[in-house]
Amino acid sequence: MTMRDWADFTVEDSGGGTTIAITGPLLVSTIGKLDHALRLFDGPVQTVDLSRVGVIDTVGAWTVSRFADERQAKVTGASEQATRLIQTVRDAASSAAIQPDRAPLFLRVFGDVGDKVVGLGHGSIRVLSFLGAIIAAIGSTIVHPRRFRGKSLVRQMELVGVSSLGIIGLMSFLIGIVIAQQGSVQLAQFGAETLTVNLVGRITLRELGVLMTAIMVAGRSGSAFAAQIGTMKLTEEVDAMRTIGVSPVEALVLPRILAAVFMMPLLGFYSSVVGIIGGAVIGDLTLGIPFLTFLSRIQEVVPLHDLWVGLIKAPVFGLIVALAGCYQGLQVQGNAEEVGLKTTAAVVQAIFMVIVIDAFFAVFFTELGWG
Amino acid sequence: MTDSGIQETVEAEARDDIPGLYTGAFPIEVEGLCNAFGDQVIHEDLSLKVRRGEILGVVGGSGTGKSVLMRSIIGLQPPRAGRIKVFGIDIADHTEEAAGVRSRWGVLFQGGALFSTLTVGENVEVPLKQFYPELDRELLHEIARFKVVLSGLPDDAASKYPSELSGGMKKRAGLARALALDPELLFLDEPTAGLDPIGAANFDTLTRELADTLGLTVFLITHDLDTLYAICDRVAVLADHKVIAVGTIPELLETDHPWIQEYFNGPRSRAARASFDAAKGAASAASAPAASAVDSDAGRKA
Repeated sequence: MTMRDWADFTVEDSGGGTTIAITGPLLVSTIGKLDHALRLFDGPVQTVDLSRVGVIDTVGAWTVSRFADERQAKVTGASEQATRLIQTVRDAASSAAIQPDRAPLFLRVFGDVGDKVVGLGHGSIRVLSFLGAIIAAIGSTIVHPRRFRGKSLVRQMELVGVSSLGIIGLMSFLIGIVIAQQGSVQLAQFGAETLTVNLVGRITLRELGVLMTAIMVAGRSGSAFAAQIGTMKLTEEVDAMRTIGVSPVEALVLPRILAAVFMMPLLGFYSSVVGIIGGAVIGDLTLGIPFLTFLSRIQEVVPLHDLWVGLIKAPVFGLIVALAGCYQGLQVQGNAEEVGLKTTAAVVQAIFMVIVIDAFFAVFFTELGWG
Repeated sequence: MTDSGIQETVEAEARDDIPGLYTGAFPIEVEGLCNAFGDQVIHEDLSLKVRRGEILGVVGGSGTGKSVLMRSIIGLQPPRAGRIKVFGIDIADHTEEAAGVRSRWGVLFQGGALFSTLTVGENVEVPLKQFYPELDRELLHEIARFKVVLSGLPDDAASKYPSELSGGMKKRAGLARALALDPELLFLDEPTAGLDPIGAANFDTLTRELADTLGLTVFLITHDLDTLYAICDRVAVLADHKVIAVGTIPELLETDHPWIQEYFNGPRSRAARASFDAAKGAASAASAPAASAVDSDAGRKA
């Protein structure tokens, strides 16, 4: 451990009164002890002697000038540089707060509750105006089809759809395996292992394929939408678009929403198919149902409307995920922390809304007779 | 006289890798530096020595790698080849010594690069807390306050968040943070770009004053000809992937490199020099201390 040459002081009592003689280098790196000790020092001081001080920086000068000014003591023996530095920091002295004023706790609680209520009201208005802006953008795109950003749409479709095939495939395959394996154990108690085919086929096509895909897309793409658009807001790209006359909703939001709406049914269907394949692999390996037999049984036991249920839900889920992502992204303002908060909000809201809507769909389709 | 209780707590909290002051002649030594992004060569066999206590202006056309040079020196851009020594320590070494170098420099990035979730005052406290954990909290606040004012901000700026500041104020706040540790070496990346002329002139004066008062070595990247004339002791010119010349402005004018000639003999440069000469004339006619300050300026340039 390297020893630091700490600044120190001695107290000298002479006829004129008490003198504090400071010794050693007065630097930010050596001031620690001296500063603590001077703060605790008690009693009147007439003079602060700097004649035995080595090098000095602004922090050293500040400590001396604060101490001397507090005790109304004279500073003597200061080198030319020390005098200059003390004058500089004296001129720069201020008593301003480092943190903004904070109200007392009980006021802040009421204040926060009030802010939340007002925020809720404003939030609803913002959501409505966001939806309105999207409808307006769709309208103007229909009127001026040349303004539509085809390239951007294709790019987003690639990002939302094609590049997520790997992870969604792996996830669905594993889910298919788990359902088939766990399901067969339970069904075996009734001697009905063969119904595993029904279980896997119906649950993946109707529910899990689309639902898990929506959750994955919310995590992958919804968050990306919020973070991209949020960062673009911070760097004033969104403002730049507005000044050029490009509507951010047309340029940024519409392609992302359409991409999610188009890709979700495809991804959901793909996920269901891979899930069924996962189930068939387990069927082949542990249940003694040959792979191809499993697949052809699917055709017989799964009613066609299960496929429709999944495919109808998928674009709605895609819409929710993209809306939440783009909306939260556009709400970013101020600093980098906001991007993180809004991205989190986008994902949480998207997944929550997807599950709520899924529950409505479940009741709706059963009432429709597609049970 | 400090009692043993204080001594022990302070020593226990203090970091043990804080180096002493640098006394050598060249705080920055760059030798044979090569940098490239993919196929695009930025620097090739670049060498540069910065003298202790000088303000070195670094100029060059856009894209000649001024900022990359600065990033290389402060260790943010690992070079392809070459050696960079700061305070005589090779910054590519991953030793404790090389880490200690960071307590002795301050960096002002182009956009200020303030931590956006902290107030200006808290931003200034970050490097202090990092390197000197033994300091009293009250002292930290006091330092933050006077650094903020020293950098030319109004004192109530200390409690503001960066998003509440204008571009020029962000630069000053960035300077306050760069100066937090009373560094020996200060890196400024285009400090006056985007400031109004009065603000830029104030910033120049402030830099010169700080450099003189604190004995700073300053590595200053700039496009601002007024800054070059007003405060730089020497100027390094970056072109053709190298530092093609280093010297005072009169020395540079004697070289016959076309870019240097065009740069310093262009209309904007002439205007900047004329206004600088005029200011010099007015100052020497005025009070004695001001004249002596300019004389020392002239002495450096001669």
